[in-house]
Amino acid sequence: MSAAGPPAGHGPGRRARLRAAGLALPLVAFIGATFVVPLGSMLVRSVYDPVVADALPDTLERLRDWDGSGAPAEAVYEAAARELLVAREARVLGRVASRVNRVRGGLRSVLVRTVRRLREVDRGPWREALIDIDAAWGEPPTWHAIRTAGDRLTMRHYLNAVDLQRRSDGAIARQPAERRIYVALLGRTLLVSLGITVLCLLLGYPLAHLIAHAPPRRAGLLLALVLVPFWTSLLVRTTSWIVLLQSQGVINDLLVAIGLVGDDARFALIYNMTGTVVAMTHVLLPFMVLPLYSVMRTIPPQQMSAAASLGASPLLAFRRVYVPQTLPGIGAGSLLVFILAIGYYITPALVGGQSGQLISNFIAYHMQTSLNWGLAGALGAILLACVAALYLVFDRLVGLDRMRLG
Amino acid sequence: MTAGGAAARPGGPAQRSRAALGRVIARRPPAGALLQGAFCSLVLAFLVAPILVIIPLSFNAEPYFTFTEGMLRLDSEAWSLRWYRQVLGDRTWSLALANSLLIGVAATALATGLGTLAALGLSNPAMPLRRAVMGLLISPMVTPLVIAAAGMFFFYSTVGLAQSHLGLILAHAALGTPFVVITVTATLSTFDVNLTRAAASLGASPLFVFRRVQLPLIAPGVVSGALFAFATSFDEVVVVLFMAGTNQRTIPRQMWTGVREQISPAILAVATFLIVFAVLLLAVVAWLRARAGGERA
Repeated sequence: MSAAGPPAGHGPGRRARLRAAGLALPLVAFIGATFVVPLGSMLVRSVYDPVVADALPDTLERLRDWDGSGAPAEAVYEAAARELLVAREARVLGRVASRVNRVRGGLRSVLVRTVRRLREVDRGPWREALIDIDAAWGEPPTWHAIRTAGDRLTMRHYLNAVDLQRRSDGAIARQPAERRIYVALLGRTLLVSLGITVLCLLLGYPLAHLIAHAPPRRAGLLLALVLVPFWTSLLVRTTSWIVLLQSQGVINDLLVAIGLVGDDARFALIYNMTGTVVAMTHVLLPFMVLPLYSVMRTIPPQQMSAAASLGASPLLAFRRVYVPQTLPGIGAGSLLVFILAIGYYITPALVGGQSGQLISNFIAYHMQTSLNWGLAGALGAILLACVAALYLVFDRLVGLDRMRLG
Repeated sequence: MTAGGAAARPGGPAQRSRAALGRVIARRPPAGALLQGAFCSLVLAFLVAPILVIIPLSFNAEPYFTFTEGMLRLDSEAWSLRWYRQVLGDRTWSLALANSLLIGVAATALATGLGTLAALGLSNPAMPLRRAVMGLLISPMVTPLVIAAAGMFFFYSTVGLAQSHLGLILAHAALGTPFVVITVTATLSTFDVNLTRAAASLGASPLFVFRRVQLPLIAPGVVSGALFAFATSFDEVVVVLFMAGTNQRTIPRQMWTGVREQISPAILAVATFLIVFAVLLLAVVAWLRARAGGERA
């Protein structure tokens, strides 16, 4: 292994390396096949989309000669009419239409209606026929949209994910104000995650301190109280918060019963951002307490006495002697909580209502409801890049091999 | 935290022994300690009370998510086992349990086997690219589940594994392996390599050394890793949402539907079962740790 070693030491060194690598290899291959490759297939969709290009090859080929202003040549219309009908037969028209529609709103219905009525047209000139069905076929933006949607490789999902678009003249411009939502969404996700991390630190630090310096029996009991929620099903914990916080829930009932709030003025504690923050803080708090605890319990209490004997007040000793030594725990816990928070899905989905949704929820929405997989992939890639950066910082600061569970 | 009273400053420290001094400081000003104690009680209540609230509510005779007046009066009419009867008699729940157990056990077996082997490799100082490999193997734990689930949905569909038990088993195994790698690596970090050297010098084959020397010593780490992997699978819902068909519905999937669509205290009964299950898991892990002799796996 080591360069300084005698040549004889080289053989067993290499064998040991091979053996170690051989032990890890099955899992590396397994994670590669079941996890990394699927992740990649998701990210590829953010830049690669062959649907329109495969469905309208001739149209797109002939559109190349179009100068971009006025109506294209008759040959383009002929190809479009033919290929749209074929697409309908092959049952891909809906997918083509939705992709064109994403570039320019309103074109889905144009395409679908056109194809429906095209069946009654059996001969050209196709330009007149199409424009007769819908005037949009005479407008350049329609053809720009088809040309854009026809790019196999595209950056438009990423532009879209940061509220930009490419105008038909090729310049990059901001989305119209009502469609600028993703930058604010990412900002909100980061901000909420930061807020939750700070809350966890504020709640977790004193608790970890108490547990770390309690007599062993009591420390064990207190630690168990932290670990019970850690092991309890996430769905159970989220359900708990619904039970507690909903308008007819335990807390509101209690407040009404003791007369603090009127029956008609119950607090909206859930199905909004409040619900998301409260429930996520609850879910993530153990991830803060446990690393803090494991660092704090290695700090001998005599140090505080030593500081005091040198004249430091308790506050000064705490601030200058104790807290600096817990920085690794603060770093580990905060990074872990933050990493988990920015990717959180279940809790916001169940208790976040409209206003409490985070970026993961929009990714799921584009995956399952709007079926805009390209945009889901681009948002996913941005989120993944944030997580990966934090993960590297975590490895640098804390070291993955020093991570401990429960 | 423990700011507050100024009374802690000891007088003539030179005369006192270090230990006595330590006690004085460790006792800290009562005001600060009380404040910390009160604050921590609230934090602990925040952690535990929401979970405990579920348990009595699952015995509600009415289809409400809150305490009825009758329940508060401890009126026996207001308490009932109807939601437990409903859950136990409902085929969808028993099917979900069967699915959860099947997927959980299979995924755990896979994750534990592969994860233990990998941890043995990673704990070997000769392991090449150790840091990068570790980073790769832990990554399923921190990757946002929605992204992982979406990717798995696409990829597993193309290879025909979506909407199958096998697909979910593979996916859950991938998500569970980091826990096994972490716990077993942690156990191995306190493992004395001289033991294997000694055994080898006495003529034991590597496999024999592993089975008779290494495995018994790292067993607590392996088992607690396995429990983590099982708990991960048993509680996982995002991948299930994306990949499972109606035949692969698991307990968390049914809970999800229950919370989203048809809210009924029946899910509180299920939640109570899951809480009991979590406490059991926790107890087993704590017991294993105690057995391992202060090992921090």
